[in-house]
Amino acid sequence: MAKLILSMDGLVLKEIPLAKERTTIGRKPHNDIQIDNLAVSGEHAVIVTILNDSFLEDLGSTNGTVVNGNAIKKHFLQNNDIIELGKYKLKFVGEAAPAAAGAPAAEKADFEKTMVLRPSQMKAAAEQAKAMAAAAGGGVAGAQAAAVAQRAAAVQAAGQTATASGIADKDAAKAPAAAVPPSATATSPAKPAQPMGAIQLLSGANAGKELELNKPLTTLGKPGVQVAVLTRRPQGYFITHVEGSSRPAVNGQQIGAAPHALKDHDVIELAGVKMEFFIKA
Amino acid sequence: MDLTQILEIASCTDPGMVRSHNEDSIAADAANGLVVLADGMGGYNAGEVASGMATTVIVTEMQQILSNARPFDVDQRTNQEIATRLVREQVLKANTSIYQAAQSQPQYAGMGTTLVTCLFFDNRVLVAHLGDSRLYLSRGGGFKQVTRDHSLLQEQIDSGLITAEQAKKAQHKNLVTKALGIDPTVEPEIHEYPTKPGDIYLLCSDGLCDMVEDDDIGMTLQALGGNLKLAAQQLVQMANDNGGRDNVSVILVRVLREYPGPRGVMAKVFAWLK
Repeated sequence: MAKLILSMDGLVLKEIPLAKERTTIGRKPHNDIQIDNLAVSGEHAVIVTILNDSFLEDLGSTNGTVVNGNAIKKHFLQNNDIIELGKYKLKFVGEAAPAAAGAPAAEKADFEKTMVLRPSQMKAAAEQAKAMAAAAGGGVAGAQAAAVAQRAAAVQAAGQTATASGIADKDAAKAPAAAVPPSATATSPAKPAQPMGAIQLLSGANAGKELELNKPLTTLGKPGVQVAVLTRRPQGYFITHVEGSSRPAVNGQQIGAAPHALKDHDVIELAGVKMEFFIKA
Repeated sequence: MDLTQILEIASCTDPGMVRSHNEDSIAADAANGLVVLADGMGGYNAGEVASGMATTVIVTEMQQILSNARPFDVDQRTNQEIATRLVREQVLKANTSIYQAAQSQPQYAGMGTTLVTCLFFDNRVLVAHLGDSRLYLSRGGGFKQVTRDHSLLQEQIDSGLITAEQAKKAQHKNLVTKALGIDPTVEPEIHEYPTKPGDIYLLCSDGLCDMVEDDDIGMTLQALGGNLKLAAQQLVQMANDNGGRDNVSVILVRVLREYPGPRGVMAKVFAWLK
């Protein structure tokens, strides 16, 4: 279960488990977490907890609610978030992710498949959320809470399949990463582990010039005359013909329509210009 | 009006590096200016069935209607162009077909599909979509996403619960809030945009945009725009090089020149003579 750790000036005062769906924070005694300090409003903020997700919402407090140094209105709490209320600090400690090692293989394989979140599911969840908000009292704050809780409930509706996601997802990510160099994931298009290729012009007006091939693709040639593209892939560099009546030549041989793999010190001839491809150390 | 000489269309679809079969489905009818892309979901081969039904129903029905009507014709009763109504009706037809198949045959229970479809006419494009299949536009030096996903993630971004940065790392990327064939009725999101000669439209399934950064997609279209077929293959290859965790499908449509619908007095006379 997620919990909050209340502290002041680095001194831990209390640990509060988030056992209820709504945990209220404020100066008045009826709050679940009462903080008797004038900087704290009577009803300052509320934390809505659904399954493993907790949402913090400011209830229109005078001095505002600050999370990790930023004033917030609504916030999806993440592990180790620091909520500041005047001099007091509340540290949010999320629930440890459930061990997904035991999850059936089928469930893992299924996870990444696109699934639809049925409106009926959402409706049920939304009604539940509305009831919660109504219990919290009407007004603007109630409506806002409903909005937050509704989203939260939608997450919950999805939660049945997504609970084991934390680890299952990563496992799924590892599998393809093993097939290609580890750097070649969606989030890191730059592939630092891969040797850098470059070309040096051997003839023409710019002879001697060097061009580093650091982008996923580099186009070469004269538009309308002859254009080729050099693509940077995990397997190495490839040259492909893009437009023009004749195809570029590699080591004196005209290439086909398919991408042609480039080797170190291959000589490319394109639009009347010769250039050498080489791998940088 | 035959748009074969005005629209250049190239497409490519691939199961990716992980999945054993392709649940995406694509279809194009250059003459009528129609392209459809669907990403199916559901057990066994039900996903393929759903996406296949979506593309087939929409393309064949539209072909039939457009053989004796034009998208910019004006409906006598509502005084509005028929294009939006036509597209909406065909999407609903596809929805009904998939839904009924899913209801009547146990092996198809729960199947559904996302959809993005474009109808080009009169220097405009009409876009209808459901779920997380997307339309992008490359115009001039710019590249931007046209459609907004119907997904949990997008809703969370909209409501301010998470930022676009956090969304990239989110785990429930795969949850869509709208899809074809799940419920007896559905409301597709339909918009109309003006087109310009030189525009390149990219329809893609989430297998592309989850695996390849938008910037890289934009750069590829910029660099390889001269060879649309190659650009389509290159995009699929980039998704596969980055892991290819899902089926990848792309349709590229380039507008070669203007294609205004007939206007003015003469057009009215011709319409009347018809």
